[in-house]
Amino acid sequence: MKLQQGTMCAIFAVLHMASRPKEQIPASEIAETYGVSQHHLAKVLRTLSLAGIVESTRGAGGGCSFIGDARKITLYDIIKLFETGWFAGDSNKPRGQSDEAGELYRVMGEVDRHTAATLQSVTLQTILNNARRTARRRENGVADGRMIVAE
Amino acid sequence: MSGKGAGLVLMNERAGEGELVIKPVTLEDVPAIVGIDAEVTGSAKADFWYGCYARQNTDAKCRFLVAHRDGEVAGYTFGAIQAWEFGSPPCGWVEVISVAPQYRNAHVATKLFDAVVAYFRDNGIDTVRTMLHIDDHQLISFFRMQGMAAGPYIELEMQAD
Repeated sequence: MKLQQGTMCAIFAVLHMASRPKEQIPASEIAETYGVSQHHLAKVLRTLSLAGIVESTRGAGGGCSFIGDARKITLYDIIKLFETGWFAGDSNKPRGQSDEAGELYRVMGEVDRHTAATLQSVTLQTILNNARRTARRRENGVADGRMIVAE
Repeated sequence: MSGKGAGLVLMNERAGEGELVIKPVTLEDVPAIVGIDAEVTGSAKADFWYGCYARQNTDAKCRFLVAHRDGEVAGYTFGAIQAWEFGSPPCGWVEVISVAPQYRNAHVATKLFDAVVAYFRDNGIDTVRTMLHIDDHQLISFFRMQGMAAGPYIELEMQAD
C-alpha cells in the first residue's frame, strides 16, 4: 500500500502533535523531523485545520496543536482527507465484462475491504500507545513482537 | 462479544462508581448474562451461555469471568486455551467480551480483558487471539487499543451449496 507524500506527511504531523496534546508545536519542528518542506506542510496543516483536527496560532510562541480526540480519530479519517477516490468501492468497476474480470474485481474488493477495516479500527491513540509499548520493551530488553501477554 | 456478533460500545452512558469485582461466573450470574447478551445482540441464546458455564466447570482450559459492580453484572468474558487447532501452538482465545450498556465507558471491558489475559499468562500462554466481524470497527478498535494486531492466520469461508 502506497500513500501520497502529502498523506504520509499529514499522518506524521498529526501523530507528532497528538503525542504532545495541548502543546503549541512549531511547524518548522515537524517539517525538520519528517524531512518535508514548510510550504508542503503548510498546505497539509490547512486541510487538517479545516477538518477540525489541528489548530494553528500565529506570532511569537505560536505553532500548531492537535485539537481532536485521539481515541476517536482513525487513520482512515486522515487518509480520506487527502486520498480522494481511494475507497471508491464498486463505482470504478466496469460493467458488462467477463466472469473472469468479475472475479478479479471481487478479489480486489476483498483487499479493499480488509484495508478499510484495518484503517478504520486503528485510532491515533492506539498508534501512540503501541509506540510507547515498543519503547518500553526496548528499554526493558524485550524483543518486539506480537506477544502481548507479558504487558 | 468477539467473533459471535455481540457488540461492545465503549463510549456511552456514564457508568456507576462502585468497586468493580471480577470473579468466575456462578450459576446465579448466568440469567443476567443471557439478558445483557440479548439486549446487546437482539437474540437470546440461553443454551449457549449455560453451556459456557458448564464448560468452565468441566474444562480447566477455559475461564468464564464476570465483572460485578454494585452487586450487578456489569460485563463478562470467556477465554479458552486451545492447542494445535489450525496448526497453531497453544494460545489463548478471547471468545467473548461484553459490557452492559449502563456500565460502559468505565474501563470494565479493559479490566475483564486484563483478567482473562492474566489467566492465560498464569497458564504459560504467551499468545492471545480473538476473531471479529470485519465491520465491527469499534470492537476491533477496543482490541487494538489493548495492543492486539492482525496475526499470521486468515479466515476463509464459502457457501456450502
